[in-house]
Amino acid sequence: MDNLLAGLELLARWDVLFALLVGSIGGVIIGAIPGVGPAVAIAILLPATFSMDPIVGLTMLLGIYGSSMYGGAIPAVLINTPGTAVNALTSYDGYPMTERGEAHRAVSLAYSASFWGGMFGIVCLILLSPVLAKIAPMFGSREIFLAALLGIILVILAHRGQIFAAGMLAMFGIFLQTIGLDAVTYTQRYTFEMTFLTSGINLIVVVLGLFALSQAFFLLTAPDEKPEAKPVIGKMSAGFKELLKHKRVATVASGFGVILGMIPGTGEFTAQFMSYTYAQKTSSTPEEFGKGSPEGLIASEAANNAVPAAAMIPLLALGIPGEALTAMMLSVFYVHNVIPGPQLFQNNIDLVYGLYIALLVLNIMVICFLMFSTNILTKIIRIPTRFLGVMILVLSLVGVYSLRNSLTDCMIGAAFGVFGLILKRLNLPIVPIILGMVLGGIMEVKLRSALPRLKTPLDMIDRPIAFIIFVMIIVVLALHIRTLIKEYRARQPQEDNAIHDSQTR
Amino acid sequence: MSRIKTLQSLFKRYRRPGDIVFAWFFFVLSIGLLTQITDQTAYRAGSSMMAQPRFWPAVSLVGMCFFAALHLVGSILSERIEGRWKEVILWLSVIEFAAWFVGYAYVVPIIGYLPATVLVSLLLVVRVGYRSRTILFSAVGVAIIIVLLFKTFLQVKMPAGQFYDSLPDGLRQIMLIYF
Repeated sequence: MDNLLAGLELLARWDVLFALLVGSIGGVIIGAIPGVGPAVAIAILLPATFSMDPIVGLTMLLGIYGSSMYGGAIPAVLINTPGTAVNALTSYDGYPMTERGEAHRAVSLAYSASFWGGMFGIVCLILLSPVLAKIAPMFGSREIFLAALLGIILVILAHRGQIFAAGMLAMFGIFLQTIGLDAVTYTQRYTFEMTFLTSGINLIVVVLGLFALSQAFFLLTAPDEKPEAKPVIGKMSAGFKELLKHKRVATVASGFGVILGMIPGTGEFTAQFMSYTYAQKTSSTPEEFGKGSPEGLIASEAANNAVPAAAMIPLLALGIPGEALTAMMLSVFYVHNVIPGPQLFQNNIDLVYGLYIALLVLNIMVICFLMFSTNILTKIIRIPTRFLGVMILVLSLVGVYSLRNSLTDCMIGAAFGVFGLILKRLNLPIVPIILGMVLGGIMEVKLRSALPRLKTPLDMIDRPIAFIIFVMIIVVLALHIRTLIKEYRARQPQEDNAIHDSQTR
Repeated sequence: MSRIKTLQSLFKRYRRPGDIVFAWFFFVLSIGLLTQITDQTAYRAGSSMMAQPRFWPAVSLVGMCFFAALHLVGSILSERIEGRWKEVILWLSVIEFAAWFVGYAYVVPIIGYLPATVLVSLLLVVRVGYRSRTILFSAVGVAIIIVLLFKTFLQVKMPAGQFYDSLPDGLRQIMLIYF
């Protein structure tokens, strides 16, 4: 309780509340515009938050992260184009509802399910905190190394059908973070005697290139479109009543969101698919799924909105990000010398609770905002896509150039932008590169600090938590091989050559 | 033949035109980088293998080569999708927009953040095909809002333009600090 009050005190500042308001409303707007997405927005805003207090900068980014999926549901339901990549499943049932004249019902249901998922995630986070505070100190260098390794393996395996590509890109990310002067031996690694490579390749520059600039290039080279969404008439709070009829689906879906959000590398997509499958299997009308089933819509939205709170768990407790957005937020912690990990719970517990409460307030702010702003947002959706591309390109400069006013950074960012565009056009994932960079760095540091205590390789897993993580790694790999064999025996996969931009914005 | 067919079914998914070009590029890049490992990293005698500065570049590059080779095998065994070179030309055409971005960064310290942003936004919307007055005015408006938000309000570190030095005293000060 004292910790909660301390967290509340940390938030009771005008600048924090303002940052939260800007972040949450900005997040909804960004989420509602197809083609932007929270990763682009967070990447652009990151350097601007470095000059702010950690709690101010973090609440703003958290606001964008937590609220973008609310906004993303609007175009998913109204024009069959998910605003953010994780709203893809929402359009499966949301759009058919719009087509049969139930747009108001679908949008209000999406809002209420999102709110349910968001709040469920935060309550779980708060309830889990005392347990985390006890477990986190048991994580030493070996355990964090193994957890990061598990994260890398899961990130690769989560990209079903693209495991080789995800593997090579994750390894590329690990390689990128080794470039520069080695911090321990002061020897050069892959600098090719070029001075600008001595300090290494900056994560933010890579993130901005891969997410923001590549999206700008993608929009600038694609045919111009101007999505049209019709206004929605009716009270937005109506969805809450209907949601209560499906509270089992909403709660289980939120549960999937929390569990999968905690596991690095899995996140919203897996949570959505699992909860959608669960909802369909247990529904009395499974044939309605994909044709405008409210249960399908609820399962999808509740699951993806429960993830942000859960994704904060590995980030705060172990310093291990599970996906690209939390990886970006990790850099804000580092810039302010607040190192997430076991010690955060001992030294900065007020910050941890402050972030929890910020998430809580954010969900309330967003739902209040959405109650009257839906029709304004349907107008914002109509921005022509190439115009949006120009604006993302212009905004990307703020992110890259304001870091250290370096033209070289801009060139590296532009090169990663072109690389990111190629990946997007090829349906290849971007996230493994970012997580490879972040988790690769963590693995290198933690393995080095664990080495003096390792006499034999078995010493790596001679502590209970380390052994449990090791068993998890083995189980994950074994399960994957089993699934591969099953799929291989079952049927030939279908050809699919369309562009899928999941996990790329 | 049947063996190749079953391998195909294991490897082939979500492919798009140009996949094999990228697969070859990445494979050659990985091999090329791996061949440089002795030149580009150091070996410290007396240290254990895992503490070597060469260890992590070696792990990542071997991993890159391994996965890139499998990805390439997958691409080779998959059916060819039409439009490979058209797709590659599109990738190359993006270099123009990358040049716009670098050019934008280049002119900021010369003419200043506000004029550079307005100019680039305006020219770029014309370049991508917009001619309507509404879009042109919107581009200028959004450019000004971006500068006001980031430079004036959030005070992000952007260099002051050399051009500002030639402005009259009072205006110069304002432009140097806020725009």
